Amino acid sequence: MTSSVSITLERCGRTFANGHTALHPLDLSIAAGETLVLLGPSGCGKTTTLRIISGLESPDAGGRVRFGERDVTQRPIEKRDVGMVFQNYALFPNMSVADNIAYGLKIQRLPATEIRQRVDEVMAMVDLQGFGERRIDALSGGQKQRVALARAIAVRPKVLLFDEPLAALDAKLRDRLRIEIGQLLRELNITAVYVTHDQAEAMALGDRIAVMQAGRIAQLGTPQEIYHRPSSAFVADFIGAVNRLEVIGSRPQGRLVVHGGELHGPHLSGLPSIYCRPEDIQIVETNVAAIQGCVIQSVFLGQTQRLMVDTGSSTPLQVDAPSREHWRVGEVIGLTIPPEVLFHPEQCNSQRDVQEVAHG
Amino acid sequence: MTTRIRFLLQLGFTLLVCLFMIVPVVMSALAGLTENYFVGLKSGLTLRWVNDVWQLYADTIWLSIRLALACLTVTVLLGVPAAYGLLRSRRRWANAIEEALLLPVAVPGLATALALLLAYGHYREFRDSWLFILVGHVLFTLPFMIRPVLSVMRTARLPQLEEAAASLGAGFWRRFLTVVVPNCMSGILAGALMVVTLSIGEFNITWMLHTPLTKTLPVGLADSYASMRLEIGSAYTLIFLVMIVPLLVAIQWAGRLTVQHH
Ligand SMILES: Nc1ncnc2c1ncn2[C@@H]1O[C@H](COP(=O)(O)OP(=O)(O)O)[C@@H](O)[C@H]1O
Ligand SMILES: [Mg+2]
Repeated sequence: MTSSVSITLERCGRTFANGHTALHPLDLSIAAGETLVLLGPSGCGKTTTLRIISGLESPDAGGRVRFGERDVTQRPIEKRDVGMVFQNYALFPNMSVADNIAYGLKIQRLPATEIRQRVDEVMAMVDLQGFGERRIDALSGGQKQRVALARAIAVRPKVLLFDEPLAALDAKLRDRLRIEIGQLLRELNITAVYVTHDQAEAMALGDRIAVMQAGRIAQLGTPQEIYHRPSSAFVADFIGAVNRLEVIGSRPQGRLVVHGGELHGPHLSGLPSIYCRPEDIQIVETNVAAIQGCVIQSVFLGQTQRLMVDTGSSTPLQVDAPSREHWRVGEVIGLTIPPEVLFHPEQCNSQRDVQEVAHG
Repeated sequence: MTTRIRFLLQLGFTLLVCLFMIVPVVMSALAGLTENYFVGLKSGLTLRWVNDVWQLYADTIWLSIRLALACLTVTVLLGVPAAYGLLRSRRRWANAIEEALLLPVAVPGLATALALLLAYGHYREFRDSWLFILVGHVLFTLPFMIRPVLSVMRTARLPQLEEAAASLGAGFWRRFLTVVVPNCMSGILAGALMVVTLSIGEFNITWMLHTPLTKTLPVGLADSYASMRLEIGSAYTLIFLVMIVPLLVAIQWAGRLTVQHH
């Protein structure tokens, strides 16, 4: 396998001819062999970023794209050694499965025997043995995406780029193929950029995740950092569910008054609101509870159930309870929230700054 | 009961209309095969007239075939890249150009021919050669190649396929030949049959542009109607039908293929 390469974007922005700025100038470094996920809502500039890396799109003047030490900004995609996998497969309908996979190898003018050998090899990697002679329109969506994957890795590219490759598949298949792509990326140890709007996919696949918002990177970090220490309310909200509790008063010794009771959070004093995840809230007997509320709805999620608890604030508190417990609407519930699971995006930022200073 | 009657009435009417249209064709074909049309079928069937036509007009038939094939080659070579260019250009420009291309179809052929004569008629060599007629035919048939190719291109997700090909290392020409052209084959086929049929049957432009040495089949046909026995004209028609009907059938078949494909 070709040794993998790092990718560096320097001040890469993109404003389209119609004046719309899809991407504000951004800097991004992706280490060799790393999988970076670009995550964000539709229209936030993920595809544009990916296309700038691939060479299908050029950054605005001043932007630079580097693969390793080499500046590839002026290189067209066909000279960049990138493999691409698209949402709608983009397989050549005029060719068989094997011919699709061999397409890039023929361009490299490899001898026929080697081409055949490599096609067989990658078809085995994506579990498509025996499908070589099939027509493309005789394949299911999942099989098509496997062919696309095989076609991209057959040429042994330096970089693999994915644009929402699983978005067109149904849930079960999506999970399976996601796991397989993850395994493949680890096996190949190839630099990969993976675009998705699905946070579960992002956390499962990414070594790091760049959460994007309106043409900017809102936060860049490992899945754990992004999930547990989101740098903004937007990120906290986009990755999983989050509760925002308004602080309506404070008492001595870091006691914060919120709707429905009092919480202990000395590290968060002085902030107007505090955040916590539904799964971090504990359900306890009402007589030892820090907060009390009234169950107004229960949403069954399978492995857990999500309770909506009215504590007197404008939005109900989301609390995860074991799936088999039975909660009636109107029932009073007691809750506690340990201080260590309470956070505030701005606080996460300053913590990170402190850490960086310490490490630096 | 009433539905049955209605069905029978409809069937009867349809058959009547068909007869109205088919009878003249059959009569004409038969006229070309009867010994003496005025005596009728009882004078006997013969291939004499067909043979006479061949003696007199074989050149026109060959010229028409040559013109049709040349016209096909030129329209494919011009039309497929042109359609691709239109696909890639801005919508507004593309529409304007597409409409401009239809002008030679909308304008009477005689006017197109006159314009060609005025513009290039004084280049004697060119004017006397069959290539002069070819230019007229290409002008007239080009939109019939571009349109089906463009419509197939528009539905074939070509930009996506090309991006995939480019990521695998394919440069422009390779992409064009291995991805673009094969994926609009059904459009090229439909256009090709249309172009050949129109070129073989074209009369207006050709009649204005032809010289005694560059007569095509339809021009010869007019000639024979005006100056020959009715049986010879009919036999000539028969030959024309034998050439054109398989093409028309093929057009239908290609049309269905295109629809199935998408
Ligand atoms: N070729 C283009 N011309 C004009 N605007 C574009 C073009 N491509 C994308 N955009 C706009 O840029 C923004 C970002 O697009 P994109 O990168 O595709 O977002 P994402 O992949 O995150 O959904 C969107 O608002 C989109 O409408
Ligand atoms: Mg996108």
